[in-house]
Amino acid sequence: MPDYRNIKVVVNGVEHELDVETRTSLGDFLRQEIELTGTHLGCEHGVCGACTVLLDGEAVRSCLMLAVQANGHEITTVEGLAEEDGSLHPLQEAFWKHHGLQCGFCTPGMLTSLTAYLGENPEPNERDIREAISGNICRCTGYQSIVDAALDAAKKMRGE
Amino acid sequence: MKPAAFTYHDPKTSNEVIELLSQHEDAKILAGGQSLIPMLNMRFVVPDHVIDINGVKDLDSVFDNGESLEIGAMTRQSNLSKSHDVKTKTPIFLEALGNVGHFQTRNRGTLGGSLCHLDPAAEIPCLMAAYDAVMIAQGSNGLREIPFSEWPLAYMMPSLEPDELLIKVRVPYWRSHHGYSFVEFARRHGDFAIIAVAVLIEMDGKTISRASISVGGADIRPIRLFEAEEGLIGENLDVRVFKSAAEIARKVDAMSDAYVTSSYRQRLAATLVERALVQAAERVSRGENNA
Amino acid sequence: MGVRYIGAEVQRMEDPRLITGHGRYVDDIVFGDMLHAAFLRSSQAHAKIRSIDTSKASALSGVKKVFTLADLGPNYERRMNQLYPAPVIEQNKTQYPLAKDEVCYVGEAIAVVVADSRAIAEDALALIVVDYETLQAVIDVRTALEDGAQLAHSDATSNLMGKMRSKFGDIEDAFSKADHVFSAGFMQHRGGCHSMETRGVIARDDPWGDGLTLWTSAQSPYLIRRALANWLGEPEERVRVIAPDVGGGFGPKAGFYPEEIVIPLVARIMECPVKWIEDRQEHFISTTTQRDQYWNLEVACKSDGKILGLKGKVTHENGAYIPYGILLPNSSLTPLPGAYSIPAIDVGLDIVFTNTVPNSPVRGAGRPCGIYAVERMVQLVSRRLGIDPAVVRRRNFVRPEQMPYETGAKLRGGDPVIYDSGDYEALLDKALELSDYDSFKVRQSEARKEGRYLGIGISSCIEDTGMGPYEGTTVRVEASGKIVVKTGAASQGQGHHTMISMIVAENLGVTPEDIIFESADTGKFPHGIGAIGSRIAANVAPSAFDAASKVRAKALKLAAEILETAEADLDIEAGIVRVNGAPDVSISLGELAIKLTPPSSTRVPIGFDPILEATSFDGSSGSPIASGTNVAEVEVDTGTGEVKILRYSVAHDCGVMINPMIVHGQIVGGVVHGIGNALFERMIYDDQGQPLTMNYGEYLLPLASEMPRIDVTHIETPSPLNSLGVKGAGEGGTIPAAAAIIAAIENALEEFSVEVDYYPVDPQYLTSLIEAGVTG
Repeated sequence: MPDYRNIKVVVNGVEHELDVETRTSLGDFLRQEIELTGTHLGCEHGVCGACTVLLDGEAVRSCLMLAVQANGHEITTVEGLAEEDGSLHPLQEAFWKHHGLQCGFCTPGMLTSLTAYLGENPEPNERDIREAISGNICRCTGYQSIVDAALDAAKKMRGE
Repeated sequence: MKPAAFTYHDPKTSNEVIELLSQHEDAKILAGGQSLIPMLNMRFVVPDHVIDINGVKDLDSVFDNGESLEIGAMTRQSNLSKSHDVKTKTPIFLEALGNVGHFQTRNRGTLGGSLCHLDPAAEIPCLMAAYDAVMIAQGSNGLREIPFSEWPLAYMMPSLEPDELLIKVRVPYWRSHHGYSFVEFARRHGDFAIIAVAVLIEMDGKTISRASISVGGADIRPIRLFEAEEGLIGENLDVRVFKSAAEIARKVDAMSDAYVTSSYRQRLAATLVERALVQAAERVSRGENNA
Repeated sequence: MGVRYIGAEVQRMEDPRLITGHGRYVDDIVFGDMLHAAFLRSSQAHAKIRSIDTSKASALSGVKKVFTLADLGPNYERRMNQLYPAPVIEQNKTQYPLAKDEVCYVGEAIAVVVADSRAIAEDALALIVVDYETLQAVIDVRTALEDGAQLAHSDATSNLMGKMRSKFGDIEDAFSKADHVFSAGFMQHRGGCHSMETRGVIARDDPWGDGLTLWTSAQSPYLIRRALANWLGEPEERVRVIAPDVGGGFGPKAGFYPEEIVIPLVARIMECPVKWIEDRQEHFISTTTQRDQYWNLEVACKSDGKILGLKGKVTHENGAYIPYGILLPNSSLTPLPGAYSIPAIDVGLDIVFTNTVPNSPVRGAGRPCGIYAVERMVQLVSRRLGIDPAVVRRRNFVRPEQMPYETGAKLRGGDPVIYDSGDYEALLDKALELSDYDSFKVRQSEARKEGRYLGIGISSCIEDTGMGPYEGTTVRVEASGKIVVKTGAASQGQGHHTMISMIVAENLGVTPEDIIFESADTGKFPHGIGAIGSRIAANVAPSAFDAASKVRAKALKLAAEILETAEADLDIEAGIVRVNGAPDVSISLGELAIKLTPPSSTRVPIGFDPILEATSFDGSSGSPIASGTNVAEVEVDTGTGEVKILRYSVAHDCGVMINPMIVHGQIVGGVVHGIGNALFERMIYDDQGQPLTMNYGEYLLPLASEMPRIDVTHIETPSPLNSLGVKGAGEGGTIPAAAAIIAAIENALEEFSVEVDYYPVDPQYLTSLIEAGVTG
């Protein structure tokens, strides 16, 4: 008999109430039940970081949480980073400007991770950024353009 | 890689957890999930029951009782890094935690989870060995204190009874003016260490009066280098002294596996013990840390 | 004149969707009645299958059906076709779509479960019982060809798949005239694909409607269409293959996989769409990869370092089956002699079966291996003769005035390898300048005083790009004025949408935002080849340019008639054709398009074909040769053996760059992949053929924290082989990387006489070499 729980989660500002099988990961829940496919599953063992979302503002790996653990919490995914009117988050603008993505698969995890990181570390240097994204694997870019984008976004977010 | 089905429990008190552990033989505790969930996803473990203790009250406080830090087992690694008490009383933690996974995993990973998972290459057990920390478990028979030296029972298996839950760790302070260093070698930032070394030293004037050297990753449990520690007592902060300690470290009983030989682990132990002692010495000389 | 896009760093058109989480990768595609598949894969490297019991699995609630080979249908119990037949292949081994009675690698698909969810399908996998009769596994290519060796395939006559040889010039003469002969043996281990998106296939069969449709994370949709249609015995028109957004390809996604037969068949039988998404563990054992090559070479040279000849032998690991013919071993040999005019080469290569995942090109294909070999021998000459490695290169480079330079080697199709254009010495000069090579010795000795070991290494390369026959483009103006651009070219992050839009926009006089771009869909463009071997830009840029030119010409001709003026007086800007000097006299491209697609009972203007459209397959007449020199500066920690890359400099020539920002991204990304190969990526098997590195904690991909900044400078020597002068850029960063890094490591550890004889170089290996150098 599959084990189900009823959960209430706020995702990108919208409340959802659903019954979910307890073994379902938060990542699969977001992709399949909430139908937000921006969060990607690259490894399902917590190393690649593509699945990173914000849980109450903190970056976590959605492949390493059960959906039921998100009950009563707020999730922000990549789809929730831009403003209501569609204007992009400074990180999104910067990624676009600096060619910080190629295939785009790791990108949602990069964006959410950096959003959380810059929230707590508004004045990072290159070393800091490289360390901050060391939990996100990119096979395409070689990371340099992502670092440049993050530094540029940090500047803009500081109002410079 | 989807896990096999299980029955999920989310108890609210440690008593409820004990109750569940007593009822269900085939149960796994879900703490931070950063180690358990990959194993569930890969079906390396297939428990009938998963007991999620993230909702259990009062397991995540950090308390300074004057002589030691009492850290709740569910304290998130990220919160440890942010704790003022940790920063001032046990600063080596900060240095070690910077090597523990990545900031995303530290947001969920817990002190207790790492200590119960007991990966030979994990940083937190190595730290606890250096401190002779005391593990405090709660079971059907009440509370039980387990010195860290008795904590690792076997490969990735702590000496917890089937109905026991680790609830707290007590880390006794070193003098407020102490030298410390946590050094590890890993292939990439955030990886498990191949070898990790934690060093603590206290001085009596110009000579070392107390030393603790813990080596992680060489064996299934962190190893305290008692012979090297004794060799440091009464000595000056001198590179030759550190090199002698390193040579003792080189003889550590180290395991071999598909990736790394025992002799390489020994080489690393020697190299890193020396470097850690040099850095601990610098810190204690400069009067660095909290005082 | 219109806006110039070519050569500009235009922000990508692909990005707005991708940065907001609106990409559409295979797993994002959902159908209401879709079922989910999971494959049972062999847990043994080599075994006979005595029986497969699927009864318990079939009975599990939520499971719809479990298939073994026999359940796919009586027509389908046969091996997949060899898509790349070649006389070299002495024993052709291809897989059955699901294993029949023998499995030859851990990961080989044996059965497939179709269920309501992936989780349930995986539950069912655990209930399938396979009775294996374990056979000995062949893992080490070095012993696989010995007399009496175990066989990787029990029905094979040996483990030799085939033999190749690159031989030209007079090798005996070269060695007899040599002042010196040096020899070296080394092993090259390249790693796997590890695109962040794994593979995946959705199939939907609509026999009374559109036929069979596949969505697959693939680089070569047309290859798949042909292969699948052939295998099914059905017309290509009734098999549609779509590559949606693809999260990285790198070579292994360019093939045709058993899953691309099984999932369509299963969807047909189940009469509903079926989705299979490869999970990461499967990726390690079922996506093709690259592994070991053992090289033993001798180089003949003069005392001044001029190289007269290279000879030797390569043993190449093939894995269990042959999905890519001889592409990989072939492209390991054709780059010899590299950037140098070496008059004689005789290198043989044995292709050897092992009971491991089948091998395929992985970024660079075999070129990183061929170039590494040449560069190692140049390094050896430099070292043994005590001549600076830059000087040795200068003495041996093919010179611009020698071009077009026929090396003597042959490409896969039999055509001679010809270096069309390039200035290798200029690239070396630029790389040395960029890397502050001349002042390195000072840096090195200063660091040595502090007890630090720095080293510097150079590597130069050529890369054959743009292989034919074509990659076509259609450009069509719509009534709305929007420009529809269609191509077969598939993208896995290379930015083809942007590159092609830039070319069409500039040539046709529209803006890139006016372009509706469609690609990688066999239902929307008649034929293509695939995104492999850095071939797209050199083929699709000319075809897009040509198609746009033809549409422009047609539009201007018609506009001239309508506006009653000369064509020479007209220009197109932002989609409007205007008379120069009389801007009010105009007609839009959309209006012109309507003229050529008029409603019933009107006429198309006389002398014009309907539709404002053109299709071109213009490409490159030959293989444009890209080139580069890399310089790596490293620090080795002799205590731990750790290698830190302090600086990395690239001077690169890929001809005319359409979008320099995209080119830069390809180079930097390619270098990091090469660093991964040089220092980190190793797929380990035990002697029973069990893969040991099965997750990202054990298999190490390069992370941001260990990567250096990579400084890149460019030379553009246009290729004479296509209309735009373009050369490919996708793999030029990867190809020379390992050689530069390893040369740098050896330079750092010269006092220990360290010579590295395999990569990836891990710290443990380095410390053992250092220890041997200290004691020995």
